[in-house]
Amino acid sequence: MARPIVPVPDPATQPFWDACNEGKLIVQYCSVCDRRQFPPEAACRDCGFNFHLTWQETSGRAKIVGYSITYDSRLVQWHPLQPFLNVIVALEEDPVINFHTNLIDDFGTNLSEEPDIPIGATCEVQFVEAEPGRMIPEWKLVK
Amino acid sequence: MAREVNWERNHDPVGIWNGRGKAALIARGHSPTDRRWDGESLDKSLGAFMMIAVQNALDDAGITIDDVDGIIGSAGGQPGGAPLSDVWGPRPYFDPPYDSEDGLTHVTGQWLRQQMGFKNIKYINNHGDPIWNLIGQAAQAIADGRAETVVVTYPNGNLPGRYHQDPTNEARGPAVWPNTWGWGLSGQGFTFNQYCQKYGTNHDRMAPFVVQERKNGLLWEHSYYAQHEPGEFTEEDYLNGRMIARDLSIFDCDRPVLAAAAYIMTTAEKAKDMKQTPVYIWDHTESLFSPRSLVQTIDDTEEWTDIQAQRSYNGSGITADDIDVFAPYDGFAVFTQYYIEAWGWRGVKRGEAHDFYAGDISLKGPNPLNSGGGNMGTGRMRTVFITDPLEQLQNRAGERQITGRAEIAVSHGVLPVRAATVVRSTTPG
Repeated sequence: MARPIVPVPDPATQPFWDACNEGKLIVQYCSVCDRRQFPPEAACRDCGFNFHLTWQETSGRAKIVGYSITYDSRLVQWHPLQPFLNVIVALEEDPVINFHTNLIDDFGTNLSEEPDIPIGATCEVQFVEAEPGRMIPEWKLVK
Repeated sequence: MAREVNWERNHDPVGIWNGRGKAALIARGHSPTDRRWDGESLDKSLGAFMMIAVQNALDDAGITIDDVDGIIGSAGGQPGGAPLSDVWGPRPYFDPPYDSEDGLTHVTGQWLRQQMGFKNIKYINNHGDPIWNLIGQAAQAIADGRAETVVVTYPNGNLPGRYHQDPTNEARGPAVWPNTWGWGLSGQGFTFNQYCQKYGTNHDRMAPFVVQERKNGLLWEHSYYAQHEPGEFTEEDYLNGRMIARDLSIFDCDRPVLAAAAYIMTTAEKAKDMKQTPVYIWDHTESLFSPRSLVQTIDDTEEWTDIQAQRSYNGSGITADDIDVFAPYDGFAVFTQYYIEAWGWRGVKRGEAHDFYAGDISLKGPNPLNSGGGNMGTGRMRTVFITDPLEQLQNRAGERQITGRAEIAVSHGVLPVRAATVVRSTTPG
């Protein structure tokens, strides 16, 4: 199913999106601060420099930390999908790092009732096509 | 005139502010409050409203434009001071002075100076936002001697159509992350839901707070509701509110309005000769954070608000017991418990705010929270957080005047992620 809004890469995020197209979920890593960073930025938020900033592939596994439901979005392109699910997942190997997902199995389903979202459940990243040639990360519950 | 960009007190340890007691807020002036500008009536444009508010503030202080040497303001009242036209434009223009956005949906100090005939301005800064930061900026400018008598301006506009709707199908820059996955106000609901999960509470327990704010707001003459919808708002109304996102209803969202407010701030010396009782600025502190990762969590929120509360206490030298008038931001209403708990007002600890709401937070009771009504009780003006504590400390809040001591006020806003706090007192300190 087509995505309502597609991301346009910029220099700071291009490596992330390129990796998505290759089926990899990467985040920035500052070796001198020993910390991962997402979303991508031009410099490490801690030391303030990019000297030690590299990209690191993740396991792609994450746990659900919470969710929301959007009934009336300011994003007009999303209106036909209302109400829709917004889930936050945190990376299994580094729970500080979190991502958005709509959960693949729930995307575009127009929720009719409060969903049963198991907080703490494990998810795996999968890449879906937002538009031709542009893959984005989504998550799927590991059952 | 040079543009000043580095005036905030946003790095610990801040220490007691060396400008304490040097600047005094004297007077306030407001325009009428409308729901929207119709795009045609020039006497109701944001510029016209701003001029009304400035003149009212000057009259309230008992001074003229010739007494003013500084203008500090937010040009548009939108995030980052952005003009409304960025959201709603382009639009038709009119004959001068309404031949650009300046005066219609945006009001610079330079435009005001030209239209109102200020002759003695030596300091203008349009680059602050929001109102708490502007009050701090004005106090700092006076303490540093950049100006002696400043008018602080805060225009806040609203145009026809739905507020801040984004029709684009591509996301760029920072908008890539929320928009690609449809994340918007769901974020406010998400963090609030984490709060509820953490402390075993729920959204319904917000009702007494929001209802009390509307009651307070109906007693403020500049409130949108007092002027246009003076009917009672009940807990049942709140509980039946249309949901915008999970744990965030329409009645947790401040209603966008068209209004302008202005304030007169001056030196402690000049304040003695003005018409109203001086209210002295004891401290201003600011903060700007970023989430640990993509989404702001309850852990981020509590850490940030704790830091800012402590910074404010360190900068002013007061404690929670000293705060008589407490005006923490509420637009969104689901923010306010974070602030009450961080400041520990009336002994409220983390996770206890909803119990506090269930007690007596009425105007005439022992805990008159947001005695002006906040944004929930007045509309999305934000200026009630400055005006009501001013009037409380000047003992001229009328029906809203709290019954207890009113000597020290703390006003705080706007977001947990970007915050500013102003501490005011009836004495220079």
